[in-house]
Amino acid sequence: MTKKTKITVALTGNPNSGKTSIFNGLTGARQHVGNYPGVTVEKKEGVFKHCGTEINVVDLPGTYSLTAFSIEEVVARNFIIEEKPDVVVDIIDASNLERNLYLAVQLMELGVPLVLVFNMSDVANAMGLEFDIKTLSERIGVPIIPTVGHKGRGLEELKETIISVAQSKFKQKIAEIHYGREIDKEIAEIEDLIKNNDDLVEKYNTRWMSTKLLENDKIVLEKVNSDEIISAIKKAANNIETIFGDHPEIIIADHRYGFISGVCQETVKSTAEARHTMSDKIDSVVTNRLLGIPIFLLLMYLVFYLTFTLGESPMGWIEGGFAWLGDFVAGLWPGGSESVLKSLLVDGIIGGVGGVIIFLPNILLLFLAIAILEDSGYMARVAFIMDRLMHKIGLHGKSFIPMLIGFGCSIPAIMATRTLESQRDRLTTMMVIPLMSCGARLPIYALIIPAFFPQAWHAPMLWIIYLIGIILAIVSAKILRSTLFRGESTPFVMELPPYRLPTTRGVLIHMWERGFLYLKKAGTIILGISIIMWAMTSYPKIPDAKLAGLGPEDAQKAEISYSIAGRIGHALEPIIRPIGFDWKIGTALIGSFAAKEVFVAQMGIVHSVGEADEESDSLREKLAMNYSPLIAFCIMLFCLVSAPCMATIAVTKRESGSWKWALFQLAGLTALAYLVTLVVYQTGQFFI
Amino acid sequence: MSLIFAKPGSKVRLLTVRAGRELKARLAALGLMPGVQMEVLSSGQCGPFVVAINRSRVVLGRGMAQKIEVE
Repeated sequence: MTKKTKITVALTGNPNSGKTSIFNGLTGARQHVGNYPGVTVEKKEGVFKHCGTEINVVDLPGTYSLTAFSIEEVVARNFIIEEKPDVVVDIIDASNLERNLYLAVQLMELGVPLVLVFNMSDVANAMGLEFDIKTLSERIGVPIIPTVGHKGRGLEELKETIISVAQSKFKQKIAEIHYGREIDKEIAEIEDLIKNNDDLVEKYNTRWMSTKLLENDKIVLEKVNSDEIISAIKKAANNIETIFGDHPEIIIADHRYGFISGVCQETVKSTAEARHTMSDKIDSVVTNRLLGIPIFLLLMYLVFYLTFTLGESPMGWIEGGFAWLGDFVAGLWPGGSESVLKSLLVDGIIGGVGGVIIFLPNILLLFLAIAILEDSGYMARVAFIMDRLMHKIGLHGKSFIPMLIGFGCSIPAIMATRTLESQRDRLTTMMVIPLMSCGARLPIYALIIPAFFPQAWHAPMLWIIYLIGIILAIVSAKILRSTLFRGESTPFVMELPPYRLPTTRGVLIHMWERGFLYLKKAGTIILGISIIMWAMTSYPKIPDAKLAGLGPEDAQKAEISYSIAGRIGHALEPIIRPIGFDWKIGTALIGSFAAKEVFVAQMGIVHSVGEADEESDSLREKLAMNYSPLIAFCIMLFCLVSAPCMATIAVTKRESGSWKWALFQLAGLTALAYLVTLVVYQTGQFFI
Repeated sequence: MSLIFAKPGSKVRLLTVRAGRELKARLAALGLMPGVQMEVLSSGQCGPFVVAINRSRVVLGRGMAQKIEVE
């Protein structure tokens, strides 16, 4: 036996089985996120070392079964079949054993080197469940390790077991599952046919393949190119249907559950009956017909309140730091001198990128809150609460989950629409996702709200902006669903995971990932665009002759108006005047198409380039001097609704499969933004 | 009868699901199989159903609930 020094382990398991906590526990911070080739499902990988062996862990998407219903399942299955990891670790929620073992049984059928992890064994014990792990493990022929993922309990033993399975120290004798005499016979017959087909034998476990064929698995069926086999499968399926009165896959599933309940009866002791749990009690309040939506709105308000109040002081520190840095850099040049480099550094980079980084605390707090809501299991409840409303617009509650992810960023949200089964639902949801205000738009609100509105209005204002987004999304979805995407609504089925206390570590890892992405974006895309925007705002330089006789303020105005950005802005002015915007806002809006944060950066640049005095007012003070609260509100409204950023359009194109929908989204949202802002600005003027 | 008529708190046994092959198999993976015992936790009143199967809680839209025969 050769001793391997590098092992690949695939982590699989049902959604909500605590897979992520085991993954974090095994790999710590040494993780990296990529994509599976060809599809946009996130691929998380991490490495750890144990006794001189390097172990590469791949976190597969959570699935309930190994049939190929959703893209996640296909990805998970393909990885296991095609990449042949040395060990497959199936994370099982021990408190919901039988359902979780359904996936384990399918992995056993596949015959891969398998380790089962009974996670959350503490919860299971507290529920009065006792496992005879030794007997259970012997009966199914697979090692079982009890763990408590978020406390790190059992992880050392798991590492040992992974290595010994990979080194084949103990030969696995995985139990074979039988589906009753008739089905077993049909499977054996198909298997014989497959065995004669060399292409198939090499790659797949033949019994597993025969079972899948009988189960009408589309992807496995595609691999079969022999008419003989296809007709044999049809005949076998017909036989089974006449005997049992149901499709083979249902009978097979029934036998799997039969096998599971058989082994569980022997090895699992339950001292308490499955009662109504704490989760059910919380749900009777949280998902209450009358209280559900108010509680959701209240929680949202709380998130924004905390985002503002807790974020204020650290924001002040960062702002102070950048102001000092700006003064320091400016001080390197003799007073009153003109230097291109100085302007680039102070106005372009510090004014632009710095203006965006100031909002890092808000971003971190927002993602902290989203992570807590997600990890606790509340997000699934929101889908449930919203189902009634969503049903009225022809979608169902599940569509609301990608929309909620949109509060973070539209890109993962659009990818998350893959969990929706119907193409119509998917496209509708995809089109309206950018209306859910993403994290990149938060800096715009965080800049504007305190500049124009009194302290007491900060959180409510932000809340109102987000609510407008949700309402517009729902209305637009309704319109789309009754025009372009007409059709019946699809069945809604979803698991409601039990509530869990989010772990500090898990939540912090989430928050850090997003915060790091924000900083990275500030240092790359936003830096690049800020430099371009600065150059466009500074050049071409106005001839000195034209400045003769102008005061410093008028000179600055003339200078900027003469630049490329100024000219574009002025050209736009007739169009944006009716919605209350001047040409400066116009230039920032163009920049924000690249990334929404650029709006903040460009407002900083356009208000500081060519400034006469060194002691500058803060950007908020400048904005407050130049615009009215109504215009400020209109800016936020327009930024909320208008054209999604370039990256979103690219993802929409890829996910919808055509430029048509991406451009439709772009044009539709821009038109909607203009319309809504126009109405608000024009009506608002009457009252103010 | 159809699940849609089941009262909250009642315990029912699933008989059949009137749905396509794919949907039926997806439900099976969630534990919704003919013969399985479940408890109706919430009948939603024009909202979705919540049923308890062993220790999992599954949300079923009203359209879905209509297609499930129970006794």
